[in-house]
Amino acid sequence: MSEAPTTDITDIHAVAIRFAGDSGDGMQLAGTRFTEASAIFGNDLATFPNFPAEIRAPAGTLPGVSSFQVQIADRDILTPGDQPDVLVAMNPAALMANLPDLAPAGTIVINSDAFDERNLTRAGYTTNPIEDGSLNAYRVLAVPMEEMTKKAVEGTGLKGRGVLRSKNFFALGLMGWMFGRPIDTTLEWITKYYGKEPDVQAANEAALRAGYNVGLTTEMFRSTYRVQRAKMPPGTYTNVTGNQALAWGIMAAAQAARLPVFYASYPITPASDILHELSRHRNFGVRTFQAEDEIAAVGAALGASFGGHLGVTGTSGPGLALKSETISLAVMTELPLLIVDVQRGGPSTGLPTKTEQADLLMAMYGRHGEAPLPIVSVSSPADAFLATVEAVRIALKYMTPVILLSDGYIATSAEPWRIPDLSTLPDISVPFATVSNDPERFLPYLRDPQTLARPWAVPGTPGLQHRIGGLEKEDRTGNVSYTPANHQKMTLLREQKIARIADDIPEVVIDTDADADVLVIGWGSSFGAILAGVRRVRAKGHKVARVHLRHLNPFPKNLGDIVKRYPRVLVPELNRGHLWRLLRADFLIDAISYSKVEGRPFKAAEIESRLMELIES
Amino acid sequence: MTDTTQYTRQDWQSDQEVRWCPGCGDYTILASLQNFMADFGVDRENVVFVSGIGCASRFPYYMNTYGMHGIHGRAPAIASGLAVARPDLSVWVVTGDGDALSIGGNHIIHSMRRNINIKVLLFNNQIYGLTKGQYSPTSERGKKTKSSPWGVIDYPFNPVSLAIGAEATFVARTIDMDRPHTQEILTAAYQHQGSAFVEIYQNCNVFNDKAFIALTGKEERDVNRIVLEQDKPVVFGPDDAMGVVIEHGEARIVEVADVGIDAIHVHDATVENAGAAFALSRLSHGPTGPTPIGIFRSVDRSTYASDLQQQIHDAQAARGPGDLALLIAGAGTWEVSD
Ligand code: SF4
Repeated sequence: MSEAPTTDITDIHAVAIRFAGDSGDGMQLAGTRFTEASAIFGNDLATFPNFPAEIRAPAGTLPGVSSFQVQIADRDILTPGDQPDVLVAMNPAALMANLPDLAPAGTIVINSDAFDERNLTRAGYTTNPIEDGSLNAYRVLAVPMEEMTKKAVEGTGLKGRGVLRSKNFFALGLMGWMFGRPIDTTLEWITKYYGKEPDVQAANEAALRAGYNVGLTTEMFRSTYRVQRAKMPPGTYTNVTGNQALAWGIMAAAQAARLPVFYASYPITPASDILHELSRHRNFGVRTFQAEDEIAAVGAALGASFGGHLGVTGTSGPGLALKSETISLAVMTELPLLIVDVQRGGPSTGLPTKTEQADLLMAMYGRHGEAPLPIVSVSSPADAFLATVEAVRIALKYMTPVILLSDGYIATSAEPWRIPDLSTLPDISVPFATVSNDPERFLPYLRDPQTLARPWAVPGTPGLQHRIGGLEKEDRTGNVSYTPANHQKMTLLREQKIARIADDIPEVVIDTDADADVLVIGWGSSFGAILAGVRRVRAKGHKVARVHLRHLNPFPKNLGDIVKRYPRVLVPELNRGHLWRLLRADFLIDAISYSKVEGRPFKAAEIESRLMELIES
Repeated sequence: MTDTTQYTRQDWQSDQEVRWCPGCGDYTILASLQNFMADFGVDRENVVFVSGIGCASRFPYYMNTYGMHGIHGRAPAIASGLAVARPDLSVWVVTGDGDALSIGGNHIIHSMRRNINIKVLLFNNQIYGLTKGQYSPTSERGKKTKSSPWGVIDYPFNPVSLAIGAEATFVARTIDMDRPHTQEILTAAYQHQGSAFVEIYQNCNVFNDKAFIALTGKEERDVNRIVLEQDKPVVFGPDDAMGVVIEHGEARIVEVADVGIDAIHVHDATVENAGAAFALSRLSHGPTGPTPIGIFRSVDRSTYASDLQQQIHDAQAARGPGDLALLIAGAGTWEVSD
């Protein structure tokens, strides 16, 4: 009986692994399964999927490279890692595209079968990097994954091209061995997912086991790594992507508001998964409506709101631009409406699969006329759930459209989420008007003195028939009015209504060291990178203060005081300075913009070095 | 509908002063509609008028019902959301040729295709009235307007053909001046389950007066109105001497005496195949000559809202009414204890 070669097990706190291959190589799937297994094992983690805009760019080329990065850790981490420690490269193009990101002396696991003449040329290599010494600075493990997958799959009944499709499971098995991931979670998933195609199921299982066993029985890996469970607050956890948490947030908000959901949307990357998720849940009474275009989607959602449903529409930047006229109508008719914008790189079609935060000023100002509305932002995949409930709460209580800003990074990334006790969600229901508010006639624009919201009287309610519309409304009666003084009054009333929301949202919590004189302030998905960067700066013994905003309009009441307390205020954003401009305009402070527009999230190291520059200056 | 409420036309009038130009065809249509609603005993609170922008789109303000005066072209989209969310309501869209067929063209065709239970009243006056006299998608070629001083070179839409092509399950045409006919068509549209498209020839006496004189003039109308009646041969003119035959998918006007009454097309709006309805719609473009009015098409199909309701019902029967906590937990969970 032969012994398995002894391998050392090295304990590490965190590792970032990037699976990279052709878009047809199943790297998203391999990454997602590795993530799931790590989540269930109990690591903290963060992921970053990165795919080409083309559905199938020519095989083997640089534009066709798709990757999935996951960082697993034994402690609370905030980002998928600045640089992968391990790169799995399924072909030369994947190596070429991702090598520049790899950490110094990092590990490269290569599918050597794909490094043939043709693929090397397609990727732009003149010599084979496995052999020419150009990878000497790294630890390279070249594994003939295709050969080995073929052998493993023999006898499962799967023939032809389908066989090689299992090679992502081989790679996954190999990584499972390397990082001590149990494979049973993945086996269970394969059964659930491929149960209806027994030959595919068997092939994937065989490839997964083979990958794992190759690690176990050969001396290829002299050492494996162990990342212990992370210490996380007690509770029940699941792994969610931002789009999934946002969709569930819509459903939760509807329950908390005791309203049916009407979600109207037009397919658009990276927001479509919200539509997909919601359309599965007919048994919850969720009505989804795939509209003929973006304008119809927001129109239908507004029509449903008029009818007393929770009208929601979801889109990305180009769609938000198209919806803007109808959003102004919602401002004028003062109906509740949630508009989700999953931002992506722009302008125009821009970088549809990449992330950016460059729609903030459009959300803020991108409408004709004076049309203020509240803006709420999402900070991380798990955060999307409660951020959505908060956005809906404001929409209903203040009878207003609300824009909820997420982005492509949040939408597709995953992280562990401690599932909240749904019974603790606030009651955000708003009663419909049932009786007239005036003995003479119903006054659809008679406002609540506190919130300035108008009553929500839905069709079907006897005696409250009224007409609303886009023409300027007379105060109280809602009749069409072109009177100068009335327009002035109504414009200010609409403005005050939104401004007063500041009294009804939490003040910002500042995370500060005593005597810090640099404040870093962010919003949205840069939450993780900023916090991680701040921690690094603090670990070096420096003092820094940090604020992360959820409410972007109106700002929390205490924000002005806070930003004025610090001599230097740094505003990192994946845009050319949107929040930066708003802060300067509102508070007359000389804030400093830290802008990046590469279609990629900030790295913790970038935040760290920018902060260090400021601190040391 | 109810047996108990007795309404008069006044009950349907809102307190807003009606502000169309004196003599505008919109007044007659408003009166027809208020009369129809009163006669029919529809409950006011269950009726919603949704409109876009244009002269016609002021309509909701004048009806004592629920209403939304929306934005240009988008009324069918807004009404679609409302009608799907609230199948208990009677949702009406009032639109014009510019609103529905130009800026709102996409919404009109898709709301028809989905068979959403909305009643679309397209007031066709073949001109832009509110913006003071530009040509519209139904203006005839050669027409000189403010924006076409050299004559229109666009080919116009035939709204009835368009609606039939867009899979509308109910398609009809009527004329503002003919109140009994208008009320008859409105009644049929109201009773139809699904999307109903009604083109109403509407005279804009300020910018396009007498556009429909061929159908409304004292002498002309007797020769030109082809009134479609279910299960009846399509004959028209003095003494019903003229008739319509359909051959090889094409409708043609003939003298009945020449072909014999048995050769004349017998109108049936309820056939699923839209061929004959389409052929009839092609008889006239304009209208400058003989033009069919009445119900071209009226077929039964399940509505979008009823299909959606059915899916919800079936999903609940199969899976129970959703439990969000279970749904979230179903994605795979793990416990972390102290
Ligand atoms: S412009 Fe024409 S359509 Fe408009 S109200 Fe005047 S007459 Fe009627």
